[in-house]
Amino acid sequence: MADWFTDNSLLLGLALLDGLANAALIFMVAVGLNLVFGVLRIVNVAHGSLFAIGAYAAASIGMFFAARGLPPWMGYVALVLAAVAIGAVLGPLIERLLLRRIYGHEDVLQLLVTFALFMILEDVQKLVWGVQPVSQDAPLKFLGTVDIPFGEDVIPFTAYQLFVIPGVAVVTLLGLAWFLRRTLTGRVIVAVTTDKEAATAMGIDAARITLLTFSFGAGLAALGGALASPTLALVPGIGAQTIVLSFAVVATAGLGQIEGAALTALLIGLGRSIAVYFAPEFEVVVPYLIMVAVLLVRPQGLFGVIETRRV
Amino acid sequence: MTDAVTRRAAMLGAGATAGSLLFAGSGAKAQGKPSELRVGITTFLSGSASVFGVPAKQAAELLFEEVNKAGGIGGVPVRPIFVDEAPGTDHLVGEFRRLVQNEGVQLIFASISSGSCLACTPLSDEMKKTTVLWDCGTQRIFEEGQHPYAFRTQGYGTPEVLAPLLYLLKHKPDFRTLAVINQDYAWGRDSWELWKSAMDVLKPGVRVVAEMFPRFGATDYSTEVTRLLAARPDVILSTSWGGDLVTLLRQAAERRLFDRSTFVLPVCEPSLPTLGRTMAAGHIIGTRGDHWNNHPSPKDPARLKRFVDAYRAKYNDYPIYPCHHMAQAISATQAAYAKAIAAKGGGWPNDAELAAAFRGLTFDTPTSSITLREDGQGLEDQIVGISSFNAQYPFAVPKDMILFPAAMVSTPVGRKSVDWLKSLTPDFLNQIPAPIAG
Repeated sequence: MADWFTDNSLLLGLALLDGLANAALIFMVAVGLNLVFGVLRIVNVAHGSLFAIGAYAAASIGMFFAARGLPPWMGYVALVLAAVAIGAVLGPLIERLLLRRIYGHEDVLQLLVTFALFMILEDVQKLVWGVQPVSQDAPLKFLGTVDIPFGEDVIPFTAYQLFVIPGVAVVTLLGLAWFLRRTLTGRVIVAVTTDKEAATAMGIDAARITLLTFSFGAGLAALGGALASPTLALVPGIGAQTIVLSFAVVATAGLGQIEGAALTALLIGLGRSIAVYFAPEFEVVVPYLIMVAVLLVRPQGLFGVIETRRV
Repeated sequence: MTDAVTRRAAMLGAGATAGSLLFAGSGAKAQGKPSELRVGITTFLSGSASVFGVPAKQAAELLFEEVNKAGGIGGVPVRPIFVDEAPGTDHLVGEFRRLVQNEGVQLIFASISSGSCLACTPLSDEMKKTTVLWDCGTQRIFEEGQHPYAFRTQGYGTPEVLAPLLYLLKHKPDFRTLAVINQDYAWGRDSWELWKSAMDVLKPGVRVVAEMFPRFGATDYSTEVTRLLAARPDVILSTSWGGDLVTLLRQAAERRLFDRSTFVLPVCEPSLPTLGRTMAAGHIIGTRGDHWNNHPSPKDPARLKRFVDAYRAKYNDYPIYPCHHMAQAISATQAAYAKAIAAKGGGWPNDAELAAAFRGLTFDTPTSSITLREDGQGLEDQIVGISSFNAQYPFAVPKDMILFPAAMVSTPVGRKSVDWLKSLTPDFLNQIPAPIAG
């Protein structure tokens, strides 16, 4: 076993770098879903569509900037603008018009409504951006590549992949932890998450908190899409691909657990990249193998808490 | 009681008479020319494969509009009825029956997905409805059974994989290592099996350093690209398409993978306009046929130009290969009806007569002629070339193109593709034609 690690240490090093970037992207999408479930208790199937629309919006804004001859670094501004716009416009619209009507209803109704929303948003994407792949990679090209030594060879990685994506994920994780534990609004959100009834009885405007949280979650999904957009080709269906993996992360982490989402994303990201090198046939199932393994031992998820049933 | 029986008998008699008249009427109508020719078309209108399906639908609308302006087919206006094949084969099977039984379509164009075609062809047998397989590529359709009402109006997987392999063996005969990265579904796996079967006999000893089949619709290939950079294969094969291929090639370009290995991309033509200058020069590219928009010597240059210009004018895009495949299906339909009507002395053909007209049919495309073999498979030439840039196109187009005659690269009737490929010998390489001028 030790020999195997020695023989493959260089490849494992590469897999670690790939896995970190992969995990960062997974975390960015899953954390919004997790936050929304924690507060609203709604499994939002349309979360993947917010990721996709964030990605499309970032590409469109980036192309708009490029067409007007603005400097390439403005591509990063485009990423942030897209996330803010989705969080500030689409998030409140969805929460006010749809989700507010189904809080506390049967799970199946919530699933049906958010699935219907997912289908509508998928068609909206096709109407607005068409079906041909859309690409805008200015933020990726702006930072260029970094050569990582690999024996006598070098392996070029994009600086965007090595530094920007993991950096944003770490900042998001630390920022969210600080926000939820150190600010008044954050503590109010935690209070609503823990016991909405008691929080309301103490004068907290739960409706405002749910609106705020959903918009924030939508913004995080859009930011995940915006961050991913320079590295991928945007086509119909990317939202559906994203949401499946996000659900696996959320289920493994424990619903509503931010740090759990980060650790799970890391496990899945590393697991997938190691599989690509040493057992590519298993790459697709690694997230689900990890999920099954965790849930067998801890059915409430890695960081989940066993709740007593209210009668 | 007697009165009641009499009334019932009278009503039954009236009903039977009316029914028989109606039946006779509809039978008579079926012999005559219909008021419109309804064509059911299954294609991807949603999901990731809509990058192929929607342009093909647009091509159908454009071409049927032209057909109708010119008087229709056999004097009958054509009405296409589109069905989305994205919900899956179970849904599609139901839609196929609905198109035949409720919509009364005279023929069906099916489909992009090989799985869809495998589901539809048995239905064409059962319902005796002519079915034109307009885009799917699986070799299994006509190698695993006979389908008297099914016809494929373009090439299929075997020639579409063998031609790029032959091009590689001609262009870069000294390669020693190869990696494959295909989508994880039937086409990705089948095309690799076809390639490997042929490569092992035409150039034995090539070492496969990586076999990767990422999830269909994967949004990130950075790990796969790292592995390919580390493995440094001489050649990288990918039969991927759509957004998957664009993402893979963009990440490969950004990390200089194009500088280390020669890519062979048999299905990349639809992705080239999106890739623009991101695609590197000097790699082997294919288009599932011979219908490159920059074909150096098309059979009917004016017709090719007219189609490309009309499509660009209407949709602001270049037509990609599914558009050409749709055009081929429509050309074949026109030719088959003309043949069937002539054979019937001007009468309108029934289902069996239409199917008989398709068998052995030769029809013209803008770039060549395609003949439908006795098993229903179309013989379409394959053109493969090297990616390059010129002043005319803002994206890569092929140069040093080799036209592989369909008969050379297609599995003979009655044989299985993998068995046939395994029976080839290195002498087969002597048959590779010289590049075409232009």
